[in-house]
Formats: sequence, structure tokens, C-alpha cells
Amino acid sequence: MEIHLLELLQGYYLQLFIAGTAMTLRLFFASLFSGFALAVLLTALRATGIPVLRWVIAAFVEYHRNVPALVQIFVWYFGVSQLFPAAIRNWMNAQNGEFLFAYIALGLNVAAYMSEDLRSGLRSIARTQMEAARALGLNFTQAMRDVMLPQALRVASPPLVSQSLGLFKATSLAMAIGVAELTYSARLVDSDTFRTFEAFAIVSVIYLVGSWSIAGLGYLLESRLRRAGSQ
Amino acid sequence: MLELLQTYTPWLLVGQYPSGPIGGLALTLFLAVTGLVCAFPLSVLVGIARSSESRWARAPAFVIVHIVRGLPVLMLIFWCYYVIPLLFGRSVPGIATLIAALIFYEMAFLGEVVRAGIQAIPKGQIEAARSLGLSRTRCMLDIVLPQALFNMIPSILSQFINLIKNTSLGYIISVEELTYFGHQINSTVLTRPMEVFLMVAAFYFVVCFSLARLVGWTERHVRRRRGNLIAQGGEQ
Repeated sequence: MEIHLLELLQGYYLQLFIAGTAMTLRLFFASLFSGFALAVLLTALRATGIPVLRWVIAAFVEYHRNVPALVQIFVWYFGVSQLFPAAIRNWMNAQNGEFLFAYIALGLNVAAYMSEDLRSGLRSIARTQMEAARALGLNFTQAMRDVMLPQALRVASPPLVSQSLGLFKATSLAMAIGVAELTYSARLVDSDTFRTFEAFAIVSVIYLVGSWSIAGLGYLLESRLRRAGSQ
Repeated sequence: MLELLQTYTPWLLVGQYPSGPIGGLALTLFLAVTGLVCAFPLSVLVGIARSSESRWARAPAFVIVHIVRGLPVLMLIFWCYYVIPLLFGRSVPGIATLIAALIFYEMAFLGEVVRAGIQAIPKGQIEAARSLGLSRTRCMLDIVLPQALFNMIPSILSQFINLIKNTSLGYIISVEELTYFGHQINSTVLTRPMEVFLMVAAFYFVVCFSLARLVGWTERHVRRRRGNLIAQGGEQ
């Protein structure tokens, strides 16, 4: 078997890989930031202790944890999309609807997982801190935002990093609904050139660089937080 | 929704069986169980190698674990799809491809669980066993692993849930598991995708949610057992 890596690393195929990487990164960062913001919100809402809120959020979390992410993407792409009026549906298809639904599904998925991590982070912070903050005259929102959540975030940062890594890899699922991300580009180049080994090797290396960067950043973050915590 | 369930539940449960090969949820569970059972011995080896004192055992295990954990499962499946026929000189069914990919994936993840389990055993026990004259191997097999594996039961179960969810990727290489039949039903019914896919989701949910409760139960059980051992004078 001859290996011709360079053949695929120029011209049209190189452009496909670059476009695929860009799409993977777009999907990753969009879902990560929205998912994280939603997770913080869900954690705070759940901590209010209002029963209805707690049940709804618990159901949201359990759905996303116990159903495969691929099926969640299908529910949005095939299912929810059909509930919109035809005009909106056409508009969404014209606007890269696959990306939008993959983004929503993955964002909600990671939000559910992250909110669980934040919740256990929050539980590890002494309850008396909340009481002290309230006694000093902060209202619930302020106490949550300025006292509790920042500490919970520090405790939860290792699992949050591993959720981000999981999300980065999960973006590959978007190829199942036709989002032209990295895995999709591997398949495309493979079926175009029959250079399977080269196409998969290039894409695998890109994924590994991404995954190892996230893991490395997480490691740096963790050691910085540990130092900050020990002062 | 109800008549959809009535009509298509058999498909989702067992696929076209008995008039065709078994599929649906039954195949999903078969894939996950096979993946776990085959990956388990490998992951114990990986875990031992990862916590070994020898660099020559540690380095290859380190490389394998970090490569497998850095790649999407989908890429592992594609690699198996490509490499396995090359190794065997003939094409293999999608089910075998998927199982192979799941074994690789689980070997790395479960290997890390085993490593953590081994490292959680107090050093004093190993020193005590060694000073009583047990060889390294006997010490690992008789003292460390039995305790480590017992403490790992909840994590192994969580990995099993993970594996069940990952079998859904079989759909992409046309393995006739639960998600695949969801698609079949959707293209038969055509007009009610929301209900069809929620039905599929519900099937996964029932299985994974029940298993997750079981994880919680075993976690408490394991913690209690360990607590008793410590109370009886075991050191920690």
C-alpha cells in the first residue's frame, strides 16, 4: 500500500479539510458557549428550590443524559423542524438548517451534563456561605452570582473540561444530518479519491490536536486554580 | 402516538425477527453487552499497564488510551470499517465492525477506570502483601484487583450505559439496531417524525434511566461495604 498524504494536502481536498475543521470548530464553540450559559442558568434556577422548576429541570437533565446524542439530534432535525409552519421551515432550510439543529441539540445536551457538574460543585460549597451572604444583605441572585457560583465553578472545572472534550468529539455526530464538518469531509474525500487511509489519518490528526489541546488547557486551568485556591 | 406504538413496538424491540435477523433494542443490548464483555479483560490489562512501574508497559498503554480517547467514536468506527477487511482479507458485516470499534473505545475508557481503581488501593496493603512474600503478580491478582474491581462496579455500569448510547452510531453504517429502525419506521410512516423519534428516545430512556438508578444503588452498596471494612480495622 502506497501512502500519498501530500496528494490530499493541496488544492481542492485541502480546502475541504479546512472547511470541515472550521465547521467543527464553529459548531463546538457555539454549542459550548450557549450550553455553558444555559447550564449556569439551570443550576441557579434549580437551586431556588421552587418545586415546579426543579422537576422540569430534572426531567430536562435526565432526558439528555439517558438518550443517545444522535437520537437527540434526529428529534430536532426530523421531528421539531416539522412542527414549524412551512414558511419558517423553508427559510431554515435555506439558512443551513442542519447546522442550526445540530447546534441546538448539542448545546442543550452539553447544558444538561454541565448543569449536573455545576450542581454537584454547588453542593460541595458549605450551605452556611449562602446564609452568610444573605445575612450580609445580598439577595438570592447576588449571593448566587457573586458568592456561590464562582466557587462551584472552581470545584466543577475538571468535569466541565471533560464535558467540553466530549462535546468536541460529539460534533462529529452532526455529519449524520449532513453538516459538512470534519468527519463528513473525511468521508467525502474518501469516496472521491479512494485514499481512505490518508483521508482518515489527516482528519484523525486534526481531531487529536483538538482533543489534546482541550485536555492540555484543562490541565493548565486546573493547576492554576489549585495554586489560586491554596493561597 | 398510541397506535404508532402498537404497530411498531415489535420493530423497535426485535427488528424483523422472526422473519428476518434480530434487530432493534435486542440488537442494541447485544452489541453493548458484547462490547463490554470483550473490552473488560483488555481494559484490565490496560489499567495494569497504566499503573505499572515499568516504563515499557506504561508508554504503549498511555499512547493507546490517549489516541482512542481523543477521537470521536464515529472515527473509530470508520477506522475499523477500513482496517478490519484489510486484516482479514475479506469484508466483514457491519455488526462486527461496530463491535470492534466499541471494544477499542471501551478498552481505553474502562482502562482508565481500572487504573483509578488500582491506584485507590492503599499502598500499605501492597507493601504488606509483598513483605509477606507474595510475588508482584500474586499481589496484583489476589490483593489489588479483587478490591479494585469490586469498587469499580458502579463505574463499569456507567460505562455500560455509555456503550448502549454509543451503539446508536451503528445507524450510520447500517447496523439494524434501535436508531436504524427508528429511521425505517420514519420512512414508512413519513408524516409523523416527531412522534417516531420520541418513541425511539423513550425506548433508550427506559433502559438507560433504569440502569442509572442501578448505578446509584450499587454506589451506595459499595460505599457501605467499604465503610464496614474500614470500621473493622482495615486501614485507609
